[in-house]
Amino acid sequence: MGIVDLFQQLANGLSLGSLYALIAIGYTMVYGIIRLINFAHGDVMMVGCYLAYFGVLMFRLPWQISWILAVLLTSLLGVSIYIGAYKPLRRAPRISALITAIGVSFFLESLGLVIFGGRPKAFPRPPAFDIGLNIGGVYLVSFTLWIPLITAILLVGLVYLIYKTKIGMAMRSVATDIETTSLMGVDVDKVISFTFAIGSALAAAGGIMWAIKFPQINPYMGIMPGLKAFIAAVFGGIGNIFGAMLGGFLLGMIEILVVAFMPSIAGYRDAIAFGILIVVLLFKPTGLLGEPLKEKV
Amino acid sequence: MLKVENLHVYYGGIHALKGISFEVPEGKIVTLIGANGAGKTTTLRAICGLVDAKGSIKLKGEELIGKPTHEIVQKGIAMVPEGRRVFPNLTVMENLLMGAYYRNDNSIEKDLEWIFNLFPRLQERKWQKAGTLSGGEQQMLALGRALMGRPQLLMMDEPSLGLAPLLVREVFKVIKKINEEGKTILLIEQNARAALKIAHYGYVLETGRIVMEGPGEELLNDDRVRRVYLGEA
Ligand SMILES: Nc1ncnc2c1ncn2[C@@H]1O[C@H](COP(=O)(O)OP(=O)(O)O)[C@@H](O)[C@H]1O
Ligand SMILES: [Mg+2]
Repeated sequence: MGIVDLFQQLANGLSLGSLYALIAIGYTMVYGIIRLINFAHGDVMMVGCYLAYFGVLMFRLPWQISWILAVLLTSLLGVSIYIGAYKPLRRAPRISALITAIGVSFFLESLGLVIFGGRPKAFPRPPAFDIGLNIGGVYLVSFTLWIPLITAILLVGLVYLIYKTKIGMAMRSVATDIETTSLMGVDVDKVISFTFAIGSALAAAGGIMWAIKFPQINPYMGIMPGLKAFIAAVFGGIGNIFGAMLGGFLLGMIEILVVAFMPSIAGYRDAIAFGILIVVLLFKPTGLLGEPLKEKV
Repeated sequence: MLKVENLHVYYGGIHALKGISFEVPEGKIVTLIGANGAGKTTTLRAICGLVDAKGSIKLKGEELIGKPTHEIVQKGIAMVPEGRRVFPNLTVMENLLMGAYYRNDNSIEKDLEWIFNLFPRLQERKWQKAGTLSGGEQQMLALGRALMGRPQLLMMDEPSLGLAPLLVREVFKVIKKINEEGKTILLIEQNARAALKIAHYGYVLETGRIVMEGPGEELLNDDRVRRVYLGEA
């Protein structure tokens, strides 16, 4: 493989990894704060895609407005899922919430099927994302650069939010000790709702860009990216947002590079992520940046 | 200030509090002493709404039972929980700011200064993660954090637990000082002697019941208290 091809593949890996990273953060934030694997997260991403789709094609909104509205509405969906499905179970055994998460996932997929229909739809790619580029012999479509750029902006914003703002401080304190946070006069449910809002907003952003990259959307489109982003979160160390970012980027890179170097196994592309999951669980169950598991008080 | 009447708490089948009543008058230090498992922590947790309770808990006449913890705290009750429970991954400064989280007045800066005056060691360690502090420093941080809420009533669950004798004395000195500055305090201790020395009034808790009460001085000199709780012959 030539150096040009390599750059091409690296760019692809970077943009795929960005998407995994954005979606993985939602898993890891929710896990970090209430120790729940939100299996509906991939489906939340799917809803975000459809909202953006309808915004442009049905309501004729400019794509920028439509995307922003889709992100905002999806964050409301995330909050509603928390309040409707998980909050009543906060003191219940963890397995109840986990089963509920699977239920919410099926519910969103079926609802999508009923409302949006089963036939895949072609997601409209704004012209700015569809420019063919030739950078020193490396052929790219402009979205390959846009995706990591937008992702980087969102991630910087997220880190700022978590480490430099008051609500971010509360999110970190809820993640270590819910009860003591409530003793500070903090309405913990509000903080958790906010966490769901942020995670879902990032999932919607990731989903929209996913649809830019793979412009066929259907009600089941969230399943595979959701699973892989979950794996990325575990790979990086679930509960740790930097872990989710790292895991996402690495997983995207590995997937693209393995297929590029070993075209014969391209058909097993999806299996790579699961292979990584097995290896991580065997050798470093806490993930790359994860801390040793501490049972919550 | 605080009036608890006929308070019952059950943990499943265990009847942990069997109808206790007591009062904390404004400006005073009241202590609840008792052996391990007597129900001291349960009492504080019930007041904060962390466990379900029956009976009545009134703060300045307002019923607290049934209210969520964050509302109870916002009404002016702060707790230094058993085992301090500082946020280990937050800095000392952030821990203090968490204590003032629900406030939106503009004297938070001034109160930070007050806390740093009270505990100069916290000021030196402002930017350090709370998890890296020593046990004594964490106790001071937990106390400072509670004070940052400007509570009307400060409750402390065994602040001396696990501290070296020298530090224990320091902690009790601070508690006394805070009280002299006007704070009402409900103090829970296994270290009965130290608690009774600074308390205006004390209650003795035995397996979920109050078995004795009186001014701190009086309990300190009571034969039974001396025998059972102060380990004297
Ligand atoms: N979460 C709980 N579940 C069941 N029993 C509990 C729980 N917490 C405390 N208890 C029981 O309630 C009683 C009072 O405990 P506690 O209030 O912690 O006592 P103290 O603080 O005086 O040592 C003890 O018998 C204890 O075993
Ligand atoms: Mg106790």
